[in-house]
Amino acid sequence: MIAESGLALLWIAAALAMLQLVAGSFALTKNGAELAGAVRPVAIVQGLLVGISFLVLVWLFIRTDLSVKLVVSNSHSLKPLIYKIAGAWGNHEGSMLLWVTIMGMAGGVVALLERRLPERTMIATLAAQAFVSLGFYAFLLFSSNPFERITPSAPEGQGLNPLLQDPGLAFHPPTLYIGYVGLSIAFSFAVGALITRDVGPVFARAMRPWVTGAWIFLTLGITAGSWWAYYELGWGGWWFWDPVENASLMPWLAATALLHSVSVLATRNALRAWTIMLAVVAFSMSMIGTFLVRSGILTSVHAFAVDPERGSFILALLAIYIGGAMALFGLRASTVTEGAKFKLFSREGSLVMNNVLLVGILGIVLIGTLYPLLTEAMGTKVSVGPPYFNPVGAVFVFPMLVIMAAGPLMRWRSDNGAKIGNVMAIPALVSAVALLLVVLMAGDIGLLPTLGLTIAAGLAVASFMPLWKRNLRRTPLHIYGMVLAHFGIAVGLAGMASESAFNTEKLVASEIGGSHPVGPWTITLEQVKPIAGPNWTALEGRLIAQYGDNNTATVITPQARMFTSPPTETSEAALLTRWNGQLYAVLGEEASDGRWQLRLWWKPFVPLIWYGGILVALGGLLAMTGRTVRDLKIRNHPEAPDFAHEPPQPETVPAKQGVPA
Amino acid sequence: MRRWTIWLPFALFAGFFMLAAAGLLWPSDSAIESKMVGKDLPEFDLPAAVADRPALAKADFVQGRPQLLNVFASWCVPCIAEAPYLQELANRGVVINGVAIRDKREDVTAFLARNGNPYARIGADDISKVQFEIGSSGVPETFVIDGQGKIVHQHIGEIRREDVGAILQKLQEAAS
Repeated sequence: MIAESGLALLWIAAALAMLQLVAGSFALTKNGAELAGAVRPVAIVQGLLVGISFLVLVWLFIRTDLSVKLVVSNSHSLKPLIYKIAGAWGNHEGSMLLWVTIMGMAGGVVALLERRLPERTMIATLAAQAFVSLGFYAFLLFSSNPFERITPSAPEGQGLNPLLQDPGLAFHPPTLYIGYVGLSIAFSFAVGALITRDVGPVFARAMRPWVTGAWIFLTLGITAGSWWAYYELGWGGWWFWDPVENASLMPWLAATALLHSVSVLATRNALRAWTIMLAVVAFSMSMIGTFLVRSGILTSVHAFAVDPERGSFILALLAIYIGGAMALFGLRASTVTEGAKFKLFSREGSLVMNNVLLVGILGIVLIGTLYPLLTEAMGTKVSVGPPYFNPVGAVFVFPMLVIMAAGPLMRWRSDNGAKIGNVMAIPALVSAVALLLVVLMAGDIGLLPTLGLTIAAGLAVASFMPLWKRNLRRTPLHIYGMVLAHFGIAVGLAGMASESAFNTEKLVASEIGGSHPVGPWTITLEQVKPIAGPNWTALEGRLIAQYGDNNTATVITPQARMFTSPPTETSEAALLTRWNGQLYAVLGEEASDGRWQLRLWWKPFVPLIWYGGILVALGGLLAMTGRTVRDLKIRNHPEAPDFAHEPPQPETVPAKQGVPA
Repeated sequence: MRRWTIWLPFALFAGFFMLAAAGLLWPSDSAIESKMVGKDLPEFDLPAAVADRPALAKADFVQGRPQLLNVFASWCVPCIAEAPYLQELANRGVVINGVAIRDKREDVTAFLARNGNPYARIGADDISKVQFEIGSSGVPETFVIDGQGKIVHQHIGEIRREDVGAILQKLQEAAS
């Protein structure tokens, strides 16, 4: 009965989404005004019901109900509880249910809380959101029913992909999904605003928290995914330019551009059409990513349950929503005027340039990801890898980073080049010193790593410059958020550049007791012994790691794990983190002469990559909190003039204060 | 904003849609006949790509026995996928010579350590010269070369489990 009630809830929620769409559409016509009042409550109830339906599925996984097909094929009674729960979304059907759940609940929250938008735009937005949800409800109900039963019940479940039995990965997909689906709200806002032709600062302020929220989750999701690939795959790399990774990077790039253009729209009422387009593109990238991953038309190291029929379904949804939105944009964009004008050398100008460069990077990643598909249509199979992505991407990334350092120091509307030049002298000096140090101490480490380290140093300093000569107690929280996020980019960049420049790798066949130097470390293989976990057995190597001439030794234990159901082997790398880098050890196979294969890496400063990602996300969180608190204050004092939304305009700041808001 | 630029995103999306629909409707068929099939290998002499395998020249294919020429790269993801099947071919006694495309010595070494080394010889083709001359445009690709240095078959894309039998057969035909 539990499974059936979950399915029934899903059907009712789908029916409510249909009602939301129909009532919303009628409410926008001349005769339908009385239906307007129904849209918000319907959206809220729809979100509630689909949420409960998802909880039902989780409950079935917790109980390991072996009469439900999805549980049988993805779970096992012996699995630890946390992975039983994660198993609910670690598969196609469950993840699609998670998708509509987040979509429905986000729509409900918009309906409940958003009071700034004009009512007509609000209703158009909720109708658009229901329209998008309906496609995914249809997908679930007609081709991917998560509550399907099997008779007779299975005696035992078939387990969950052991690579996914990892705390990092249990929460990596939902994090990314929240990001993807958060962008669907931005998409609905954009479509709603196009329908009512009502694009302006109010619209931007309503959309901004959703864009920021989605972007925070995408940032965390990508960071966690990269970390997971780094230590779980045992290949020692943190980014492979794999289609699945690109699928998560592309929405992030679009969302980053959108995040900045929405701020221009909210503050200066400029970039109207561009912001709308970016909102559509950002969600397109989420859907295209999902499509590429699920349809299996690209070869990827990530093994997903791939099914061309599902691919066709997602492609059809893509055509309807994205094709439809872009056609609507074509029809309506000329009626959305461009808004306030500005000079190129201004805050807006720098944001526009950054936006263009971000979209350029997005284009490069998209072309690289789709190129194998294009050549395949013409008869050749190719693989596109780092030799394309790294140098071509760098052409756009490095100029973008320079603008990122200077842009926040500029004033809105127009600014004076000489003044910015003076302020930028400090970060430029830091960069020059960094370049000198790198060349003197490290020698030739390659162009991209050298540039990366140089720019990272300058950017790290420049990211704090917006706080210079400001009253720190009166500085709004979102400025701190920006500073932190930009600093996080510098930190991550330093980690990436350092990883590719200073990595030391050692492959050895070691006898027991053998010692091997890698970078500043000496690693001794003490023993290899079998151990048993809850649903796996493993061979565990006991390695003694000694740093330099230091007498304290640390024990690290890489494992080669064997899972029983389904039979799979994974390698658990052992990591040892010091302040200046990370030691990475993988236990390989035993050779016929009794020696063990060991792979050892010393990766100076590599954790900075993920610390950077976390800082960026934290920055986003600060900015979102700051703005939301500000908005709430304004809501409680509606008589406050509208410009109170804004940070003090730079025009009011005396020129000699130097750094404007 | 000009009228046509407004429609640009829609046009780009339409292009993507057609491409993706084509990819779904006509799943790839790796049996593509190349123009180089039936021709002699061009003359080449590549330096060794790794320390523990010798270099590769055309002369190595003119030994009377059919061999495989596998174009690969350490940065290529499908190459990881085909590694076990190359190993299987090598275990069955097939001589496989590799050409590493636009790669670094340490990267190739690491790649082989991770994924196994089925190669008898590996040449380093740093500017894709040999790759283009033998009619290969991507990685991975595998050529069946008869004992006289003539290309008798070209397999485009990664070798999957189901391709192993066909390749063994081509080698056998080339030998007779």
